[in-house]
This record gives sequence, structure tokens and C-alpha cells, in this order.
Amino acid sequence: MRLFKLLIPVVLLLSFAAHAQSPTKYGVGRTPSAEEIAAWDISIAPTGEELPAGSGTADLGAQLFLEKGCAGCHGTNGTDGLAPRLVKRDVGVLENAWGYGRILPIRSPFATTVWDYINRGMPLGAEGTLTPDEVYSITAYLLYLNDVITDDQMVLDQDTLPKIKMPNQDNWAQVPDWFPNQPRLQGYPY
Amino acid sequence: MGSKKQNRREFLKQGAAIAGGAAIGAASKTASAQLEGPERYIHGSDDMVAYGSRSRFVTSERIPHGGRHSPDTFGLDFHIATPLQDQYGVITPSSLFYMGTTRGSYLPDIDPDKHRLMIHGLVDNPLLFTMDELKRLPSVTRMHFVECAGNRANNRMTTVQETHGMTSNAEWTGVLLSTLLEEAGVKEGAEWIVAEGIEEVKGASSIPMTKAMDDCLLCYAMNGEPVRPQQGFPLRLLVPGFEGIFNVKWLRRIKVVDQYYMTYNDYGHLTQDPATAALGYQIGPKSVIVHPSGGMQLPGTGYYQVSGLAWSGGGKVDRVEVTTDGGQTWFDAEIRGEPQPMAHTLFAFDWEWDGSECELQSRCIDELGQIQPSRQEVGEFWNTPPGERIRVRGQDNSIQPWRIHADGSVHNAII
Ligand code: HEC
Repeated sequence: MRLFKLLIPVVLLLSFAAHAQSPTKYGVGRTPSAEEIAAWDISIAPTGEELPAGSGTADLGAQLFLEKGCAGCHGTNGTDGLAPRLVKRDVGVLENAWGYGRILPIRSPFATTVWDYINRGMPLGAEGTLTPDEVYSITAYLLYLNDVITDDQMVLDQDTLPKIKMPNQDNWAQVPDWFPNQPRLQGYPY
Repeated sequence: MGSKKQNRREFLKQGAAIAGGAAIGAASKTASAQLEGPERYIHGSDDMVAYGSRSRFVTSERIPHGGRHSPDTFGLDFHIATPLQDQYGVITPSSLFYMGTTRGSYLPDIDPDKHRLMIHGLVDNPLLFTMDELKRLPSVTRMHFVECAGNRANNRMTTVQETHGMTSNAEWTGVLLSTLLEEAGVKEGAEWIVAEGIEEVKGASSIPMTKAMDDCLLCYAMNGEPVRPQQGFPLRLLVPGFEGIFNVKWLRRIKVVDQYYMTYNDYGHLTQDPATAALGYQIGPKSVIVHPSGGMQLPGTGYYQVSGLAWSGGGKVDRVEVTTDGGQTWFDAEIRGEPQPMAHTLFAFDWEWDGSECELQSRCIDELGQIQPSRQEVGEFWNTPPGERIRVRGQDNSIQPWRIHADGSVHNAII
């Protein structure tokens, strides 16, 4: 029994030594290459750090919206298709942009979300086929249609896109900091 | 044992007496007077041997939720509700598990041998796993519910399948996300993860690191077999107690990041009001009486076992209370089985119905002391003027009232 107790630390030490080369405890799975990570990683932070090189304008985007089939599902003007409306309704200029409804290129607090979603999910059925230039142009076009940008020659790229001030940029509620064993809302309902 | 022998001895003695004496009543003891057997037999088939199926007399089915047809003409599935009224116990059969998708997604048909999971970002060791490799890691098996944010009741609904069918509960098996994050080595400043699926729109959600390290689970199995395609085959993230959309299906990538990423799914969840945001995140304490429930018919006065399900996104169910007088008097229901964290829990209550009109409700109190509110209480919290329709903000965990009419019919009593 005593001998057994003594042995445990020795065995543990040995097993650590055996894994010394592998950075992980179980040594299962492999390290992806930098190219693999770059190919898989389509996330775009609101700060825009993953945005790829490339550029576009609303002017070019108007043409691409027709060519790439967006108009087929969302309507020629982005307002009259079977797929969701992409342009705010004609309700004048609202103090609170939430009043324009759930339309990504006007409600989203960040232009990066619009870029990211078009890049990952559209055109539906042929997602992932747009080049970065095309995504910049189509994003610019949708922002232009929603009066977020007013110049159809404005160049959007990895630098300018994250700097676009969306009307809701500071007008949304962050979800609460989450910790285990914490009520979802203190004092709700009484 | 002893009494059985006794019976047998008596039976033999009687038999001897009958045989020895006159054949009294012999005519009625012929084989033709035995109880009838089944009308039909099910013939063995390769299918039934390979993967059994239920009786043709059991017809319980899921239904499209929210009035939108599933599948649509293009083969897209949307929201499908589970028949809670037909369920026994707390496990939802996999075939009947509720389902939700983002609009416009076909179900990915994934070859598990080709599927990979990548974990990268703010980690020391980015890792790429095959499904076989994930299965080599230490696993856990746990009961958890999943619930759609759209699981909300209104006064137009009639059955519990319509009011509450967008939640289900299963036994899940997989690897704790914390195991993988420890393998990858999370770097300083990593506050969030972004989990992403492989479907057309590649649904992704931001999840706080505190939750990721606590109890999130990468599941490859539910109810003893591989996760179904509708639930994310071959790999699904489970974020116990969080709204359904966080439980990313067809999971292929986890990126460890320093900020809330405002993915399209995150954006879809946004509100302007911090209290509403908090109520649309971790699911509150909730319960519903399933027997009896809307659309059922009590055959007459007398004894009934009132039973239902309770759950909470905050932990285990601590207590369930039942009222039969519309909320004036509350009684403790009996909890059946051992409550599990973030899992459906069965409760029951003995009730004698005297035939008069009445209203049944249940309310859940979880281990954090959170109490399931009535719709009136929700209205008061939001200062809803009297007479105005009460809007339950965030995830709806309000109490479900069922009204029993004098004729025994059961009705949704939401005003
Ligand atoms: C085959 C039909 C189809 C095509 C083609 C298509 N879309 Fe979509 N789009 C949809 C559907 C359906 C949705 C809703 C998806 C969802 O909610 O999950 C959508 C959603 C969107 C959204 C988000 C809308 C919102 O406010 O939430 C944007 C932006 C968008 N599409 C842009 C585009 C662009 C740009 C193109 C062309 C490059 C395009 N779509 C092509 C069907 C299509």
C-alpha cells in the first residue's frame, strides 16, 4: 500500500514526460496549417480585422445585384421579392433607426455584419462564390439604398468599411455578462 | 413461492375431482372459450429486425409550428413542434424532437468521415479534429432540454403542442467544450467564442467564455444513437439553458475571440433594451401542465393525476407548485425522479375533480430561487396599463392556464 502511494507521483511524472513533445494533454487531433485556418475562417469582427484586401462601390454593386441573382429572390429594387426585404420602407427619416424594421443593412449596428452575412450566406444556393471585391460593392450598394452612405462612388475596403457609422451603432443592448448560477434578470418579475 | 405451490396443488386436486366425477361444465372449458388472442400479428421483416418501429396504433406526430408549412415546396424545413401531450417521462424520442432552423436552410447531409471540427483564434494550439478523434476524448452523457425562442403561447392556440411544443429534452453524449478549449490553450483576453455551422448561411453565434468553460457540450449522440440530421448530425453544440439558436448544429468551427462578434444570428437577437436582452438569453424557470391540457376531455368527475414538465435555464428545478383555482391556492407538486440541471423534470399532483369549472396552472421555482411569473405579473413588471394586451418580452416563461369546463373539456385560458 505504502509502495503504491509512492509510485503514483513517479507514474504521473513519467506520463507527463511522455507527452512533453505534444503541446496538448491527449495528443488527439492535428494542427491545421495557416492556409487551412485562413480558408476556414470567415468570421468578421465589428472592428473588421479579418476583412480581406479588395474594394468596391455602390455604383458597381448595383450591377452585381442583378448579375449575381440577388434581384431574383429579393426583387429588382430589394423590396419586392420572395426573400426578405433589403431596403427600409419609405417612412421618412426616423430619430430611432429601430423603426425601420428588421432589415440588416439599416438595423445592424455594424457594417461588418452586412459584409460577413453576404459573404458567408448569399447568394443563397451559390454561397461562397462572391469575390471580396464583389462583396464590398454589393455591401456598399445595400448601404446606399438605405441612405447609410450617400455617395455611390465611395470606396469601401478593409479600412473604410468598419468605420461606417451605422444609425444603430450605439443604440443596442449588450447581453448581460454571464456567470454560472446567476438569475437571468435580477428582480424579474418581482 | 409458497402460495404458488399451494395454488398449483389445489388446481391439481380440483382437476382430479373433475376428471373423476361427472363432466360438470365440461362444454364451457373447451379451447374455443379461451380469451381471444390479438387480431393480427406483425410479420418479421428485415426493416423491423434492423431498426424497429412503433405500433400502427401509435400515431403521435410533430406539427409545423406557427402556421408556416414544413417542408415547403422547395424542401425547406422550418419550425416543427413536438407532441408533448403524448409524451411519457422526460425523454423526447429523437423522431419527435422539436426542430428549428434559420429561414432558408436545407438540412446538410454530412458524411461524418469527411466532417472536421476546427478550433482556432486566440489559442496556443489551433486544432483540427475528425469525428473519430473527437470520440476518443473523454466524454460525458447528460440530460438537457433545448428550447426555441419562439416557444411562446398566445390565446389563439389550443393544444400544449402549439403553446409549448418548441422544447424537447434528450440524453446527450459528447465532449465538454472546456476539454477542447483546454487542449487548445485559451490565450489571455479571450472573452468569447464564435461557434459556426456548415449549413448554407453558416449560422454562427457569439457565446461568452464563462459559459463555454462551464458546461457547453459538443454532442455526437442523443438518446443512445448518433445525433439526427435535424439536430445537427454529426456534431452539435449544446449550450445548456440558453435559447435554442445558440445550440449550433452541423458544427464545424469554433473561433476563440476577444469581443462580441455581432454575427447575423447575434444581430437577429438584438433589442434596444437591456432588460429585454437579458430575458432573451438564459431561459427562465418554466413549466406546463400536460395532463390535462388544451383539447383534452375529462371523462367525468373523480381522481386525476395532474402531470407536466418543468425546466429552467438557470439550473435544476427545485419545486413545482400547482393551483386548481386559478392561482389563489398553490400546492406543492411531487417531483418525479432526480432533477438534472437544465433538463425537463416531471411533476405530478393528485387531484379530485368535483365537476365544477376551474382553472389549472403550474409554476416552477428553480434552484436559484427564480419563480415562473404569471402573465399578469409580467404585465405589472413592464407597467402594462390595465386592459392592454400583455406582451411577454424576451423568452416567454409565463404560467400557462388551462380552464376545465363543467363538461370536462379543457381550454387554453390565456386572455
Ligand atoms: C435563392 C434566393 C436568394 C438569392 C439568390 C439571394 N438571396 Fe439573400 N436571402 C434569401 C433568403 C431566403 C434570406 C433569408 C435567410 C434567413 O433568414 O436565414 C436572405 C437573406 C438575405 C439578407 C439578410 C436580410 C435581413 O435583413 O435579414 C441579405 C442582406 C441578403 N439576403 C442579400 C443577398 C444578396 C446581396 C444576394 C446576391 C448576392 C442575395 N441575397 C441572393 C434568398 C436569396
